[in-house]
Amino acid sequence: MSELVALPVLIPLIGAALSILVGRSRVAQRAISLVALTATTVLSVVLLVGADRDGPLVMQSGGWPAPIGITLVVDRLSGIMLTIGSLMLLAVLVFAIGQPGAERNHVGFQSTYLILAAGVAGSFIVGDLFTLFVSFEMMLTASYVLLTLGGGREQVRAGMTYVVISLLASTLFVTSLALLYAATGTVNMADLAVKLGELPDGVSAAFAVLLVVVFGIKAGLFPLFSWLPDSYPVAPSAVTAVFAGLLTKVGVYALIRSQTLLFDAPDRPATLLLVLAGLTMVIGILGAIAQDDVKRILSFNIVSHIGYMVMGLALFSVAGLAAAVFYTVHHIVAMTTLFLTGGLIEHVGGSSQLSRLGNLTRTAPVIAVLFLVPALALGGFPPLSGFVPKLGLIEAGFDQGENVIVVVSLVVSLLTVLSMMKIWLSAFWGDATEQPQGVVHRVGTLGGPALMVIPTATLAAVSLAIAVAAGPLYRLCERAAVELLDRTGYVEAVLG
Amino acid sequence: MTVTLAFAAATLFGVGTYLVLQRKLSRIIIGLGLLTHGANVLLMTSGRAGDEPLIGVGDVDDFADPLPHAMALTAIVITFGVSALLLAIAFRSWILRGDDEVENDVADTLIARGGVEPRDVSDEARAEREAEQAEAELAGELGRE
Repeated sequence: MSELVALPVLIPLIGAALSILVGRSRVAQRAISLVALTATTVLSVVLLVGADRDGPLVMQSGGWPAPIGITLVVDRLSGIMLTIGSLMLLAVLVFAIGQPGAERNHVGFQSTYLILAAGVAGSFIVGDLFTLFVSFEMMLTASYVLLTLGGGREQVRAGMTYVVISLLASTLFVTSLALLYAATGTVNMADLAVKLGELPDGVSAAFAVLLVVVFGIKAGLFPLFSWLPDSYPVAPSAVTAVFAGLLTKVGVYALIRSQTLLFDAPDRPATLLLVLAGLTMVIGILGAIAQDDVKRILSFNIVSHIGYMVMGLALFSVAGLAAAVFYTVHHIVAMTTLFLTGGLIEHVGGSSQLSRLGNLTRTAPVIAVLFLVPALALGGFPPLSGFVPKLGLIEAGFDQGENVIVVVSLVVSLLTVLSMMKIWLSAFWGDATEQPQGVVHRVGTLGGPALMVIPTATLAAVSLAIAVAAGPLYRLCERAAVELLDRTGYVEAVLG
Repeated sequence: MTVTLAFAAATLFGVGTYLVLQRKLSRIIIGLGLLTHGANVLLMTSGRAGDEPLIGVGDVDDFADPLPHAMALTAIVITFGVSALLLAIAFRSWILRGDDEVENDVADTLIARGGVEPRDVSDEARAEREAEQAEAELAGELGRE
C-alpha cells in the first residue's frame, strides 16, 4: 500500500510531460488530463481508506531512511485533503473544457493545470518542510502562469501583486527553514516534532509564530490576506475556482499540520490564532459586503471563512480540530461550486458585476438553483453541509470556554448570508442597472453549455452528499483529529 | 566566517526590504532578488562549516554539512525561475502601459470612493475652487512684483 503514496504527485507530472509532447492535439491533451486526474482521485480514495485502516502510510523515497531522505506520508488528514482536492481538480477540469476561453486558446493550459495538481497533492503528502516548500513552489509557479494566462492588462496588474507576495512568503519560508535547521539540524517534520521539544521554550514558540506568518500568507489570514481578493477575480473562472477551493486550503492544511505536529502544547500560539481567526472572519465578511462584483464578494468570503478553520485549529481540542477538518472539506466544495456558478453567471450575463446583472431566476433558473445550494451551505443553513461543522465549531468553542470567538463566528455567519443575499437580490431577482459589457451567451435549457453545468451540478450534489453522509464523515474527521493531537503514531510511523 | 556571512545576510535583507517597499516594479524585483539571496546566505550558515564533504578525500569528522548547500541550490533554482517569470510579467506590464509603477486596484478605488461619495465630491469641488483661487491670487501677486 505504501508504495502508492508517491503516485498522486507522479501521475499528474507524467501527464503534464505527455501533455506538452502532444501539444498539437487538444483532444489528446484533454484525454491525458482526464485520465491522470481520474486516476489520482481513485488513488486518493484508496490511500484514504488504507490510512484510515492501517495508520499513516509512509514511503521513504529512494530508500533513504527518515531524517535524511524525502519522506512521503499519508495519514487521515492528508488522505481526506487529497481525496477532496483531486475531486475538485477533476470537476473543474471538465468545466474548463466546456468553457470558451482559457483552455481552448492556450496550448499550455492542460500541462500547467496538471503541474498545479501535482503541487497540491505534493503539499498534502510530504513529510518534511523543505519538500513542502518545493511542492508549494510547484503549485504556485503553475498558479502564476494560470492567473496571467492571456496576459490582459488587469491580469498582469493582479498577477504582479500575486507573484510578488507569494515570492516574499516563499523567501520567508526559506528563512524560517534556515533558522529551524540551524536550531535542530533537521527539516523532517517527525524528527522536528521530537527535536523542537528539546529546545528552550521561547525558541520553539518563536518558530511556531514564524510558521503562522509563513503559512498565514498562503492561507489568507488577517492581516496577510490583502493580495487574495485583488488577484483571484481576474483569472479565468475555472482557474479562480481551483484557486479558491484549493490554494488557500493548502495553506490551512500546512498551518494545521505544522501547529499540531511540530510543537508541544505550551508552545502553540493558541490565543494569537484565536484572535487572528476572529479578525479574519470579521474583516473578510465586511469586505465582502462592500463589494459590487460576484467574484470579489466570493473572494472576500474565502478570506472570511478561513477564519473558521483557524478557529477550530486554535482550540487545539479533538472536537475543534475535527470541526476544522470537516469545515475545510465543506468549504472546498462549496467555494469551488460558487466560483463555477460565478463563471456560469458571467457566461450568460456577460459580466460578473452586480450592477450589470439581473433577473437570472427568470432567464437561467438552473444557475439560480446551482447558486443557492452552496450559498446556503456557506451560510450554515441546516441541513446543508455548512451546518454540521459550524455546530461542531460552536460546541468545541463553548467546551474550551472561548465564548467570544463563538459569538463572533455566529455573527459572521449571519453576515455571510447577507453577502450571499446581496448577490441573490441583485443578480437573480433584481434588474440590471447598467448594460452588460462582455459577450452574452445563449442560456439554453440547461443554463449554459452542458460541460460547464454538469460539473457544477455534480459539485452541488457532492455538497449535498456531504450533508447526507455527515455522520460517518464527522467520525472520520474525529479520527483524523485524534491522530493529529496524539503525535506518536505519526512520528513512530516515519522514524520507525 | 559565520559572523561575516551573518552580516552579509543582514545587509541583503535590509537593502532588499527597502527596495521591495518602493513603488517601481524594477526596484521591487531587484529587492526580491536581494531578499532571496539573503535567505540563501542564511541557509548556508545553518549547517556546520568544514572541509568539502567528499567520502574518501578527508576525515568525516571535519566535513561541512552538505544538506543546507543542497537546499540552498534548490531554493536558488526555484527563485531563478520565478524571477524570470516576474521579469516577463513586468515587461508585459511595461508594454501594455509604458510605465513600471505598480497600479492601484481599480475596484478598491471605486469602493473607497463609493462609500463616501456625496461628501467627497463636494469637498473635492471646494478644494479645487480654493486651489484655483489661491493660484489666481499668487499669480496676481507675482504679476504686481
